[in-house]
Amino acid sequence: MSMSLDTFKENARIAMADQALQVELGRLSEGFPIRRQKAVDRMPEFEQLCNQARDIKNHVLANLDLYLENYEARVKEHGGQVHWCRDAETARDQILKICKATDAKTVTKSKSMIGEEISINGFLEDHGIKPIETDLGEYIIQLRGETPSHILAPAIHVSKEQVEADFRRVHTDLPVDRDLEDPEALLQEARGQLRGKFLQADVGLTGANMLVAETGSNVLVTNEGNADLTYALPRVHIVIASIEKIVPTLEDASTILRVLARSATGQDISTYTTFCTGPKRLGDPDGPEEYHVILLDNGRTKLLGSEFEEILRCIRCSACLNHCPVYKAIGGHAYGSVYPGPMGAVLTPGLFGMEDASDLPNASTLCGKCESVCPMRIPLPNLLRSWRTRYFELKPARSFGQYTLSVWAWLAKKPKLYHTISGLFMAILGSLGRKNGRLRWLPFASGWTLKRDFPTPMGDTFIQQYHGGARGDASGQWLREIKNE
Amino acid sequence: MSDARAEILGKIRTSRFSPYAVKNELGTVEDRLKNHAPNIIPTRGDGLPEEQTRKFIAEAEMVNATITRVNTNAEIPQEIAKYLAVNNLPSRIKHAPSLTHLDWSTTLMEVKQGIGEATDEVCVTLAYAGIAETGTLVTYSGKQNPTTMNFLPPVHVAVLCAGDITGSYEDVWLKLRSDLDNKKQTASFIPRTVNLITGPSRTGDIQQTLLLGIHGPQRLHIIIVNDKIS
Repeated sequence: MSMSLDTFKENARIAMADQALQVELGRLSEGFPIRRQKAVDRMPEFEQLCNQARDIKNHVLANLDLYLENYEARVKEHGGQVHWCRDAETARDQILKICKATDAKTVTKSKSMIGEEISINGFLEDHGIKPIETDLGEYIIQLRGETPSHILAPAIHVSKEQVEADFRRVHTDLPVDRDLEDPEALLQEARGQLRGKFLQADVGLTGANMLVAETGSNVLVTNEGNADLTYALPRVHIVIASIEKIVPTLEDASTILRVLARSATGQDISTYTTFCTGPKRLGDPDGPEEYHVILLDNGRTKLLGSEFEEILRCIRCSACLNHCPVYKAIGGHAYGSVYPGPMGAVLTPGLFGMEDASDLPNASTLCGKCESVCPMRIPLPNLLRSWRTRYFELKPARSFGQYTLSVWAWLAKKPKLYHTISGLFMAILGSLGRKNGRLRWLPFASGWTLKRDFPTPMGDTFIQQYHGGARGDASGQWLREIKNE
Repeated sequence: MSDARAEILGKIRTSRFSPYAVKNELGTVEDRLKNHAPNIIPTRGDGLPEEQTRKFIAEAEMVNATITRVNTNAEIPQEIAKYLAVNNLPSRIKHAPSLTHLDWSTTLMEVKQGIGEATDEVCVTLAYAGIAETGTLVTYSGKQNPTTMNFLPPVHVAVLCAGDITGSYEDVWLKLRSDLDNKKQTASFIPRTVNLITGPSRTGDIQQTLLLGIHGPQRLHIIIVNDKIS
């Protein structure tokens, strides 16, 4: 975790002022939620499927030890190897060991959030092995030296013009005067550049959307087909997956697939869904000769049995990001974590410790949209509240806001004083803005009034009106009528 | 490594005694793995065979696949030649071993057989099944069906027997289990790779605009044949 979790507020401020980023985020808010809704409308059983998906994952979490043992046994039966890893460091070491054993020069990678979580790319580079991201979005941000800003669409923050500039900067073997105006031209160029890399790679590194205990398979879901070229062509296939990715059977995997693509991109199913099991079999004309699974804990067992256990149902569909007013305003980088958005704000302090992530549980309006679109029924606002409570119990240095709140709490317990002061306050505000009925600026709330005006108080406070109105005007008439009835 | 295994499993077991541990309402692990009972199967893939074929076609076309129907196996090579000509594609194909017995001499196409390679322009494969629910093709790896043929060429032509179109993913798992597993209900039936393919390759990574053919095929053409291929 090298990113700046502690500067969340500053990151958010910068992101909101970034016009180019705002254009891309605007596109996201229009695109994903509408497509999701259309797909859900086409599937009358959607809500029932979500309930079952939730139950399946709860059942798995309640029996995770047994399912992991079953899964491991099936992988071994099919000639694969399972490497249990406590943390990022042991996972990286294990991957390096496998790469060195096959004398790997290049490793093709299909998009994996676990790969981001353990920062595998930089580690391999440090050891002289070249990792090549093959998902187009990941490829673009690898060229730019950036991290993903969205768990599904990692380059969502990059404009077409920036992609063009990056391609011209990096693909120096191509004619300088080539036309890259059309997105189709960018696509063809990326296809051409990556084709050779797929064919030359010694190791293919993929994630796993699910691990099937019944068969020992890992499930790969993509639209591009890059995962399929990543496992099918090199000599060695390494799967990196965290322990909670288990599902019991192919039938259970099917149920989760039905809610995954609809929630993610609004497709009924992604273009390519693949079940890989072990290395190639006797007589198979193609496929990898070795099959390794890196089974990673990295903090998940800490969450099991905690009040945050339900976040382990997450299937990384990104619906909560796509519907979150905070994510849509600031994008993913501002969160400073591998996992942004509501699911990330819950998962980040849980996996990587509370120290640097204290702003993330507050990076939410608790509007509840995330929970309403979560196909795994994760109560995200509740979990965010639980983190807020935990942080409060830690009693870190008090902020200005917390001091103000304690003054207010003290005052609220003394009704007479409270009403006198609030009456005074209303009167001052009222006299300040009576001329045009609104205030352009408020003390301590200049950020708020920067974009909007504050309406001038009409006259008395609620309590004054209730008691008959200090100013004796008609404004309290309706209240007095109710009172008399 | 084995220490990590014991440690992780130990932590999981301990966690189950916590009051926060989620409730399990789906029975035992053993039953679930043995019975592999289906969950809710959406009704939209249901219907008589001809209706399922129509649904399959409608769904596949919605995700940019193209489809033609023929009656007999003998028509397949000509249908492919026609498709290549109409779309101004090179008249050279490589087909999977599963289609060796078709009479390829009836057209002027240059015909090869083998695994998928970088230089291939058009690969022709035989699908194991079609799923009406989403217009999905199913194929699995093995001597007869090299996996690389589905992904390397820019043009993928898949032959699908109308009789192999089923309603749902669950139907395919049942079919796979009964076709490939003599002992029944063990894990051994599953081939190295099972691919569900729904339309040609696509990406939204440039400006969130849908573009076809980034790494997998740019075109997916499905020929549904009423004959049985054996």
